[in-house]
Amino acid sequence: MLDLRLYIAQRLSAMVMAPLMVVHIVVMIIAVQGGLSAAEILSRTQGSVFWFLFYGLFVAAASLHAAIGLRVIVHEVTGLRGAGLTVLTWAVFGVFFFMGARAVTAVTML
Amino acid sequence: MADNGQLEVSVWRGDSGSGRFESFRVPAEDNQTVLDVVSWIQQNLAGDLAYRFACRVGMCGSCAMTVNGTPRWTCRTHVKKVARNNRLTIAPLANLPVIRDLATDMDPFFARWIGAGGRFVPQRTRDDPVAPVRPDSPGRQAADAGIECINCGVCHAACDTVAASPDYLGPAPLQRAWTLVNDERHGARGAVLAAVSGAGGCHNCHSMGNCTAHCPKELDPLRAIAGLKRATFLGAFGKEI
Ligand code: HEM
Ligand code: SF4
Ligand code: SF4
Ligand code: FES
Repeated sequence: MLDLRLYIAQRLSAMVMAPLMVVHIVVMIIAVQGGLSAAEILSRTQGSVFWFLFYGLFVAAASLHAAIGLRVIVHEVTGLRGAGLTVLTWAVFGVFFFMGARAVTAVTML
Repeated sequence: MADNGQLEVSVWRGDSGSGRFESFRVPAEDNQTVLDVVSWIQQNLAGDLAYRFACRVGMCGSCAMTVNGTPRWTCRTHVKKVARNNRLTIAPLANLPVIRDLATDMDPFFARWIGAGGRFVPQRTRDDPVAPVRPDSPGRQAADAGIECINCGVCHAACDTVAASPDYLGPAPLQRAWTLVNDERHGARGAVLAAVSGAGGCHNCHSMGNCTAHCPKELDPLRAIAGLKRATFLGAFGKEI
């Protein structure tokens, strides 16, 4: 149930996530070295267009990637297919994207 | 543990709908294949046992069965290699409908070969000169890697993705597709790539390699499928392989 288009979308989104993940972890480790508090971190991320775009892109890629991945697993485990599977894929994407977008706006918007 | 000199053999009797394992005692021999055991049972104890073989030398691909849980070609599997405590459990090949006993219906397997664009389309007629193909060209080498397939269905039975997703074309048909994509004489190479890009196509493969691990001809369908994934992925961005 994974055609070429979905395959490309899942691999490209994985390629987008890989460098973002590395930057995220490296920055996080460096940032807490000096003992930054949550409030100090938020004061730097809030209002930052860069971090909004950075984590926004990650959330979009992760939602797409995970929705397609779960689609494969659900099809193989339950046999669900056709319209039901399409609806489920988009619903998973919608839920992940909504949750991720809430977190990103909370951390990066003033 | 069976008696000395005797094999304790459980054989599936029935079809896809219902059935059970029946036990037989078979004299053990020094050099004995699993197919020899099945034939001995059919000739001496159960004349109505249904099974399939032809060449007995690993060429025709018709004798594959599930032996102690693993798909194998039975004509070239020695009992000594697979028996546990002189016991054998012999069942029909997995992931295919069972006609009766050890004979599976191979139609769904061969239908996938056609579905993967596996039918050769010539570019020349018998009146044209033979196409010159360099044996050491990269395309021919890639095609050669898959052409010794004997259509036994062992990889098909070993593939968990085939088991989980009935639309999936499976390792052997996809390997066939890759040989045709690399065969410069084939007249429909683009059509092959299109045929393996649908909902049941090569992209469903999880690359775990059960097919390659079980192929009795030591072919590498996993590698062929990786080639198809690469070619279709790059093709979508306008790159020819
Ligand atoms: C840099 C990060 C990531 C990379 C490089 C990556 C890569 C991949 C690849 C290559 C597959 C295909 C596996 C296959 O077809 O067998 C896959 C599947 C999957 N991924 Fe990711 N992934 C990443 C992050 C994530 C995240 C953050 C999630 C969840 C939010 C996720 C969820 C899934 C799921 C559910 C599957 C389906 C598993 C399957 O098809 O067997 N991945 N991932
Ligand atoms: S590598 Fe792909 S084709 Fe081979 S057994 Fe695994 S899923 Fe099936
Ligand atoms: S690839 Fe190997 S296991 Fe699969 S059908 Fe061909 S010979 Fe048999
Ligand atoms: S009987 Fe022909 S391959 Fe086994």
